[in-house]
Amino acid sequence: MGGFDLVAILTNPNFGLMLLHGLEMTFVIATGSWLLAMTLAILLLIIRLSPSRLADRAVAAYVSYHRNVPTLVQLMLWYFGISSLLPEGLQYWLSDHNAEATFAIVALGLCQAAYFSEDLRSGIRSVPAGQSEAARALGHSFFGTMRYVLMPQAFRNALPALINHSVSLFKNSSLAMAIGVAELTHAVKEIESQSFRTFEAYLIATIAYLICSLLIMSVGAALGRKAALSGGR
Amino acid sequence: MLWDILSIIQDNWLLLLIGQYPNGPLGGLAATLILSVLSIALAFPLSVLLALARLSRSPFLLWPSTALVYIARGVPLLMLILWVYFMVPLLLGANIPGFVTMLVTLVLYEAAFLSEVVRAGIVAVGRGQMDAARALGHSYLGAMWYVILPQALYNMLPSILSQFVSTIKETTLGYVINVPELTFAANQINNRLLSKPFEVFFILAIIYYLVCWTLTHAATVLERRIARKRAGTTTGPLPVTMQPQTLTAEP
Repeated sequence: MGGFDLVAILTNPNFGLMLLHGLEMTFVIATGSWLLAMTLAILLLIIRLSPSRLADRAVAAYVSYHRNVPTLVQLMLWYFGISSLLPEGLQYWLSDHNAEATFAIVALGLCQAAYFSEDLRSGIRSVPAGQSEAARALGHSFFGTMRYVLMPQAFRNALPALINHSVSLFKNSSLAMAIGVAELTHAVKEIESQSFRTFEAYLIATIAYLICSLLIMSVGAALGRKAALSGGR
Repeated sequence: MLWDILSIIQDNWLLLLIGQYPNGPLGGLAATLILSVLSIALAFPLSVLLALARLSRSPFLLWPSTALVYIARGVPLLMLILWVYFMVPLLLGANIPGFVTMLVTLVLYEAAFLSEVVRAGIVAVGRGQMDAARALGHSYLGAMWYVILPQALYNMLPSILSQFVSTIKETTLGYVINVPELTFAANQINNRLLSKPFEVFFILAIIYYLVCWTLTHAATVLERRIARKRAGTTTGPLPVTMQPQTLTAEP
């Protein structure tokens, strides 16, 4: 292998395509699991806010499981374990339809939902009780209070934590490589083993990850500033 | 299924917990715990230096330390592990064991995250403490070491413990570069009994859950105890939840 040569990798049409596909897969996994996580987190939050003790305990158990078991183990449990319990027809269908990516999205989404729901819950708890009492006194229904008074404030309070966890979800998408999803880390490992340009290959991927993470962080900071302005606090 | 799980545990407990096998001197949970303890123990001093560098005004200290923290926050740990795994042999011209690769990467990564905890801890100690220590004739480093850090450390303990929990969870990535730890051991068992993947990975999840839950719980208890202790003394601001409630009716 010659000296440092970034162009050799970037201009090679094969490697360029692999990188693009890897980046695309990373985005598919990150976006898919983010959407799943956020939907589920709001659902978990609503269940937790209901007066039932049993529902509260169930959600607490869900959160505790997902916080205390490593993400990689959850991915493996889904991809190797739970997939083997599914009916055979479904297993074949899934293996025809990129089972690795599907299970990666499911596992990462379920895991991150636990973190997101905790962020939202602490966001709601930091809104003073007087706010919801005042809203109810003004004639809002329970859902109206939630929609117009509590949720906007809760989201604003939870924003920094949500952004942090979104960045870590994006970073965790690299774990999908371990179950064989052809995302960015996987593509780079392939390129490295084909071209022997270790340094250049990893440099490209590291910079790509870093730019995306910093972008998410700065969008989060901008959102935070906007929320602070409109809220006046 | 319960019977399968029990029999797998009974047949492989040595491998899962402390067992030996060809790929390494230790196996399973023991290797995972040793790796985590070593990483945090080595990362902590480094994180204090990083935090002090992040608090200094000198650009030569500020820029590299900030860059390290942002790289750790923005790049997946897996990517950093692969960097060390492939680049160190190229630079040194010699292979290093996976365990050492993992340790080096974890120390740098955890130091970056811990340095944020340490920085917050130092900033939370009142500004007056530093002024008073300097007035008593301590140097900057002396004041840090004898006055600020002991107070900061006490408040940081719960955060350090939860960082330890995330280190335990991160050691699973060693599996990708064949570090013989708990996840690796479970995969060996899975390869041996290919017919029971669910049971094997379920056991793996349970072991991690038990260990991490115990430590998370300990961190929560410690945090509550420290908050209560601080509420009992007159120094330092009270945590919001600990402030005395007024019993007068609101107008």
